[in-house]
Amino acid sequence: MSDMSDMSISAEAGRIAVRLTYRLYIGGAFARSESGRTFEVRGADGGFIASAALASGKDARAAVVAARASFPGWSGATAYHRGQVLYRVAEVLEGRRAQFADAVRRATGVSFGAASAEVDAATGRWIWYTGWADKITQVRGGANPVAGPFVNVSLPEPAGVVAVLAPQDSAMLGLVSVIAPAIVSGNTAVVVASERAPLLAVALADVLAAAEVPPGVVNVLTGEVAEVAPWLAAHQDVNAIDLAGAPGALADDLAVTAAGNLKRVVRLHVTDWTAEPGPERMFATLETKTVWHPLAT
Amino acid sequence: MRFEYAQDSEARSLVALRDSYGLFIGGSFAGGSSVFKTISPATEEVLAEVTHGTTEDVDRAVAAARQAYERVWSTMPGEERGRYLFRIARLLKERAAELAILETLDSGKPISQTRDVDLPLAAAHFFYHAGWADKLGYAGFGATPRPLGVVGQVIGWSSPLLMLAWKIAPALACGNTVVLKPAETTPLTALAFADICQQADLPPGVVNVVTGDGTTGQLVAGHPGLDKVAFTGSAEVGKEIARACALSGKRLTLELGGTAANIVCADANIEAAVEGIITGVFASQGHVCGAGSRLLVQEPVLDDLIAALKSRMTTLRLGDPLDGGTDIGAVNSRAQLDKIAELAASGEAEGATRWSAPCALPDRGFWFPPTVFTDVADAHRIGAEELAGPVLTVAAFATPEQAVERANSTRYGLSAGIWTQQGPLLGWLASRLRAGVVWANTFNRFDPAAPFGGYRESGFGREGGRHGLEAYLDGPADDASGTGTADV
Repeated sequence: MSDMSDMSISAEAGRIAVRLTYRLYIGGAFARSESGRTFEVRGADGGFIASAALASGKDARAAVVAARASFPGWSGATAYHRGQVLYRVAEVLEGRRAQFADAVRRATGVSFGAASAEVDAATGRWIWYTGWADKITQVRGGANPVAGPFVNVSLPEPAGVVAVLAPQDSAMLGLVSVIAPAIVSGNTAVVVASERAPLLAVALADVLAAAEVPPGVVNVLTGEVAEVAPWLAAHQDVNAIDLAGAPGALADDLAVTAAGNLKRVVRLHVTDWTAEPGPERMFATLETKTVWHPLAT
Repeated sequence: MRFEYAQDSEARSLVALRDSYGLFIGGSFAGGSSVFKTISPATEEVLAEVTHGTTEDVDRAVAAARQAYERVWSTMPGEERGRYLFRIARLLKERAAELAILETLDSGKPISQTRDVDLPLAAAHFFYHAGWADKLGYAGFGATPRPLGVVGQVIGWSSPLLMLAWKIAPALACGNTVVLKPAETTPLTALAFADICQQADLPPGVVNVVTGDGTTGQLVAGHPGLDKVAFTGSAEVGKEIARACALSGKRLTLELGGTAANIVCADANIEAAVEGIITGVFASQGHVCGAGSRLLVQEPVLDDLIAALKSRMTTLRLGDPLDGGTDIGAVNSRAQLDKIAELAASGEAEGATRWSAPCALPDRGFWFPPTVFTDVADAHRIGAEELAGPVLTVAAFATPEQAVERANSTRYGLSAGIWTQQGPLLGWLASRLRAGVVWANTFNRFDPAAPFGGYRESGFGREGGRHGLEAYLDGPADDASGTGTADV
């Protein structure tokens, strides 16, 4: 799926471009929805761009299973290793700069220059989070001076499988700004793409595959948030949910549903995705583990 | 020559019980319209009448806390807040003997636990947090972190005063005011604490204590005038509160149950492990949320360990909680006893093998002998549900991978134990166990500087240590969100 030439603005006159079929990305494989359904994706100008898979609840459950399967490996990898893998994503993304800029332009209607700037900001944001991989433990953890002969440390750990509803209003920068903070600490993610710009999420999945991010670490569902998200909010094997892409009333419903197994609920409202995000979104999907061990001769 | 056991009971006369207690609202005690009786679970003797907090009472308490928050506590320099907390820490220490006896009377916990563990820790929690009050800008949650406002705290009966301390101390240090609802069965030390607040000249309304049953607890946890709820109790009630807070945008800390796994590897020091298992599940009749109720033993040492454990269990002394030699006191209430007995009966019915230490149970009061279940399968209720009683289930494992899988196969994730002398194996197990607290070659240790709290359905947030402050501060996360509920 690495050929995204359909998105290129440099299509030669008269040439009939080869169009891409956009699929879901589950467990490292690009697959159609089990339901067989698709939906039309139109650009900012109203023109047809492509069909995307319309994910079902069953697809959501398959994505959770894939995310859970990849959790021990990804969370158990060293922070150094996760940083290396995630930096490779930025490298691949940089190589596809023009392709992504064109996709942002078509999806949002901004100028190619503005679209390029958003892609560059997204690459920068990905690298910013990548650099956190081996800092989180020191910033969030520490030694505790307990009143007894014990070594006592508190360490941050990933919460587990995180459902991520990508923001609707920031096609590319918003997307990476919610995926990266979830996975950098070792969580694995099921991402529900923006309804308005779902193709960018599928294109990003292609980048993740090319960068050899282990299968299942990020899974991408396209479709209707209101249809798919309730399945994820209710799922007993999802540990946290980021509601960035859910409109207010739906977000409230999802937060109530998520209380069914006490998911960590992330509701951080962002008005300007270009501002430096701070670590809160990353910290919101962490647990703290405290380990005691006696000191003795 | 045979020595008779000589009883060594603490003097009950150290405690001056009143006949009835009012609610502590706005700095003074006031009676209410209805009362209930709190009894000693060891004798079923009525200790005192306690007021049942009503809607109006909770409204008044929240209003008093709001007024104290706005007019006094949130604007007071941190150094001065700290002074009050240091005073409270000292008063708790000075009255420790009395409070330990009171706690033991009301809760059934053995005096060795209340006197030697709960009271020193409760005082230490106030002393630790007193020092934070004027240093919050260095805690890592922004240069000028703000308090949240008025906090409703609903606590359990397993360690009443200690739980009060680890809820109230950080809340006050961070500049919040509190409405506390102690457990229905153990209200007396919270009321004694209200007396200490008066002795410390704590400004009226900073701490309010509203006693009552679960209905009063619901009134506190659901009150619209609160900015935050902190709850210790059952997972079911915790989820209800979480649903309500999801809509109201209130911040939330939950400290719910657990079914801790305690893993004994083949190379472990068996003697130390047996002592750890005993303190892990039989201390305080298993009435601790971190109780190590699921014992997982590596196959080669299973038989030896069970034999050593049973032998040690026969020496446990069950009886008068005020006796310094008592290991196992009374079960907190009849309802809890019924729950333990029902779950134990289900264990036998489902095919697990039961063994109880031979000990005589007193005629009056609520008692359950220390009990072990072997041949327990994952599907058995007794292996999956929170026991909160002096009951241990035992299962064997072959490889460390199996131990981890079994330990993690629960909805909860509060605590876990590891017994091995192999450093690398210990490190591997500690990193793989999905639990908020891991005790390695020790068990049931608590400290004000060490964060406590669970993964998954054991709750949200941490209590204690630098991490615990976050739950009572309005961090930079919420500056961006306005109604952020990312209280994790």
